[in-house]
Amino acid sequence: MNTKEKERIQHDFKEKMDYDELLNCMRCGFCLPSCPTYIESDYDEVHSPRGRIALMKGVVDGVIEPDEDVKQSLDMCLGCRACEPVCPAGVNYGHLLEQARDIIYQNKELPKHVKVIRNVAFKGLFPYQNRMIGVTSLLGFYQRSGVQQLTRKSGIMKLFPDSLRTMEKVLPEVPKRKEMKNRPRYYKPIQQKKKKVAFFSGCLMDTMFLSTNNATAKLLQYAGCEIVVPQNQGCCGALHGHSGEKDQAKELAKRNIKAFEKAEVDYIITNAGGCGAFLVDYKHLLKDEEEWKERAEHLSMKIKDISKILVELDFHKKPLKLDQQIITYQDSCHLKNGQKTFMEPRQLLEAIQGASYVEMKDASRCCGSAGIYNLVEPEMSMQILDYKMEKTKETKAKTVVTANPGCLLQMKLGIEREGLSEEVEAVHIVDLLLKAYEEANL
Amino acid sequence: MFTDQVKKQLEDIVGEKNVAASNASKLAYSYDATPQFQSLPDAVVSPKTTQEIVEIMKICNKHKIPIVPRGSGTNLSAGTTPIDGGIVLLFKHMNNILEIDENNLTITTQPGVNTLQLITEVEKLGLFYPPDPSSMKISQIGGNINENSGGLRGLKYGVTRDYVMGLEVVLPNGDIIRTGGKLAKDVAGYDLTRLFVGSEGTLGIVTEITLKLLPLPETKKTMLALYEDLHAAAQTVSKILSNRIIPTTLEFLDQPTLKVVEDFSNIGLPTDVKAVLLIEQDGDSQSVDRDIHKMAEICRENQAVQVDVAKSPEEAEALTTARRSALSALARLKPTTILEDATVPRSEIANMVEAISQIAEKYEVDICTFGHAGDGNLHPTCLTDVRDSEEIHRVEKAFEEIFEKAVELGGTITGEHGVGAMKADYLHLKLGEAGIDAMKNIKKAFDPNNIMNPGKIFAKNSPKRVVVSQS
Ligand SMILES: Cc1cc2nc3c(=O)[nH]c(=O)nc-3n(C[C@H](O)[C@H](O)[C@H](O)COP(=O)(O)OP(=O)(O)OC[C@H]3O[C@@H](n4cnc5c(N)ncnc54)[C@H](O)[C@@H]3O)c2cc1C
Ligand code: SF4
Ligand code: SF4
Repeated sequence: MNTKEKERIQHDFKEKMDYDELLNCMRCGFCLPSCPTYIESDYDEVHSPRGRIALMKGVVDGVIEPDEDVKQSLDMCLGCRACEPVCPAGVNYGHLLEQARDIIYQNKELPKHVKVIRNVAFKGLFPYQNRMIGVTSLLGFYQRSGVQQLTRKSGIMKLFPDSLRTMEKVLPEVPKRKEMKNRPRYYKPIQQKKKKVAFFSGCLMDTMFLSTNNATAKLLQYAGCEIVVPQNQGCCGALHGHSGEKDQAKELAKRNIKAFEKAEVDYIITNAGGCGAFLVDYKHLLKDEEEWKERAEHLSMKIKDISKILVELDFHKKPLKLDQQIITYQDSCHLKNGQKTFMEPRQLLEAIQGASYVEMKDASRCCGSAGIYNLVEPEMSMQILDYKMEKTKETKAKTVVTANPGCLLQMKLGIEREGLSEEVEAVHIVDLLLKAYEEANL
Repeated sequence: MFTDQVKKQLEDIVGEKNVAASNASKLAYSYDATPQFQSLPDAVVSPKTTQEIVEIMKICNKHKIPIVPRGSGTNLSAGTTPIDGGIVLLFKHMNNILEIDENNLTITTQPGVNTLQLITEVEKLGLFYPPDPSSMKISQIGGNINENSGGLRGLKYGVTRDYVMGLEVVLPNGDIIRTGGKLAKDVAGYDLTRLFVGSEGTLGIVTEITLKLLPLPETKKTMLALYEDLHAAAQTVSKILSNRIIPTTLEFLDQPTLKVVEDFSNIGLPTDVKAVLLIEQDGDSQSVDRDIHKMAEICRENQAVQVDVAKSPEEAEALTTARRSALSALARLKPTTILEDATVPRSEIANMVEAISQIAEKYEVDICTFGHAGDGNLHPTCLTDVRDSEEIHRVEKAFEEIFEKAVELGGTITGEHGVGAMKADYLHLKLGEAGIDAMKNIKKAFDPNNIMNPGKIFAKNSPKRVVVSQS
């Protein structure tokens, strides 16, 4: 980092970091045992929540410069927020991380190729659902046309890092462009109407994972919901917010607030842990904007994860059935630490006849996916995934259930890396529940 | 002085990746859990063996480079802030339990073993290691030894000191000594084991530890007694003890502490009463039932408005776990949390609690009080803001008066957190100049070049009256 960058960053740290929040950390260390990067870095305080908070404070206080090592410490953080619920002092670590990353990324000259990738992803792609559809269709073309076979054979993939190569194999078969374009905007309840909800369809979830979104709508219908899917919604902005693109995240938030304001509903339902937690956090993201503050709070209040509403509507008391098998659950960090939803998925899974639920050790420890973390910090990400796979294997599960697209892909990747794709399958909870419901009722 | 050449020598001993000297690393090890103290080391070194430590000691002794041994940095006396620079020494690679000897009821471990892990391992075998500092999820056994930590079970079972049977220590000149052992009886010369326990890393580096174990008590019961009156709660403590009952745990929490603990733990603690006592008894089930019954009676006789016995082990565990979060949870209320550690004879608990609230009122500062009431160890905790220097000044005054009161009641300035850098200026209150001199001579004998954790325990200048040494 050059001197100018450091000066700008230091200046912004002084201006913008929430110093009260930094002081709230009383350095007790209660968070250390929960932090995956602390454990995997061989107990290096630099890669612990307590250490990262100290580094941020050190920069504000002018005790150290924001150099590459400071940046690396923050980059290495998964943002999994496992450090938050265990912190007796109630430090909002996630907010501090977001602020710090935003300051660093807005002031630092990034290498050209990184800038291009970030610009394409954050500014050119995710905010535009039609472009997401376009890219996904390309992927579909790639998969269906035989190009995939060709590239795999040609060995061109060898040019990419290990984890990316495997990732290419585990991407789901994507839907046709037409399907993605014509997503229905309204669903009637199938049985007696109990609630009216709006569905947050997401960007990735509504393209690559469209079938899971369709399954979600079905489940909601079976559970007694009338569903609207507001037209002008889009990407939640989590990826932007967590990667130091706060302004962009705010724009996306405003668009979603506007889109959902018109829908008069009891809840807004999400089926991706990461998106849900970020939507809940809109109230924090926009807290300094008079015009938006209340509107954001209003939206935040209505966010509810699919598993939570299903339990609320007694879906787990309906007949649910699957072949005999062991099922285990991998918590989505943000669903658990951000939305405090972790009992409900288990309740639902335990209700499935035929299958037996086995809790894996450290189920709530991050799988290492964390947005684009597995692409930018592949080494640490794979180390964390290896631990996860070890614990998965110990359960002898045939099915690993997840509640977030990133985690789903990561677990698929883990299974592929372990050579277990014959025996073990990773699924989104919604897909599994729909199958269990249809098996028992249709 | 720490030069590039020294750094190179250290790297040759422990390997390059075990000597960290980036600004980020130095900052991350510049503090511990003590507010207001911070100072950067020159490097952070992580040895793997006793022999490597011997080599490190020799180099540092030769070049007069300070060594600050560090467990998990949870101490509350600035015991691990590298105030004179030098190296911070970590035990993260020395974290193995070496042996659990079921015949002699001992455990031998390396210093970097996590306290909770040690407790869990011995309990798996039906054995019991009683010292359980509230920080045990994080702290290391080497840190416990050097602070002589106490815990919730201290009242009945004593503190770390009472379980240390033998140590291996590397002295500043590189000599390795072994003190004590698995022997129940040993009077060969001075009791060096006890000397090292609580020595706060100022005499040598503890590299191996043999601890005494007990059989795991058959059963345990936990109860909460609620009070509308602070004084009545404190009174109950002496009443229980004078009735010849020694419970395992007898903890005191006042209302503000209760509120924040509940805020964090969400287990349904009462927050509308003025104080609670958390009481625990273990042993065979008959005597546990009898004691719990009797203590409940005593609580009621002393104005407890409600007494509840935990219905399940899980509920009991939730209560003690919640209590352990008290200090950190208090940090929710104000930016800076300064915790003290005044200790008085058990019979004076009520007087001390009373004095603390009067002193807080006099200086207009917020002080919450909780602590190990059963062993006279209170933690008056001040909620303040370092940025308000006028208030901080009043806080200092208040604490000074609290310490004086504690000593006046026959107590001490610290019951378990140690002196470190934080309380060095107060040591004379307890020891007098002659006492301090005797200790300084011991220090000189072991560490003539003053490389072991310098600036701790002994005040740098002649005693001054103000606490704060800003970062
Ligand atoms: C929330 C909270 C609750 C706490 N509750 C309690 C409590 O109930 N009871 C209690 O007694 N304390 C308590 N403490 C204080 C602290 O946790 C204890 O003193 C603990 O024993 C410190 O362990 P550590 O591993 O963190 O050691 P550190 O803080 O890293 O070190 C403590 C001292 O030991 C020295 N040291 C460490 N390892 C070695 C070694 N191998 N050789 C030589 N010297 C060494 C250090 O130089 C330092 O002087 C609490 C602290 C916090 C933050
Ligand atoms: S648990 Fe909370 S207060 Fe304690 S060190 Fe971690 S972040 Fe700071
Ligand atoms: S967010 Fe996760 S990785 Fe980052 S400091 Fe907290 S626990 Fe560690």
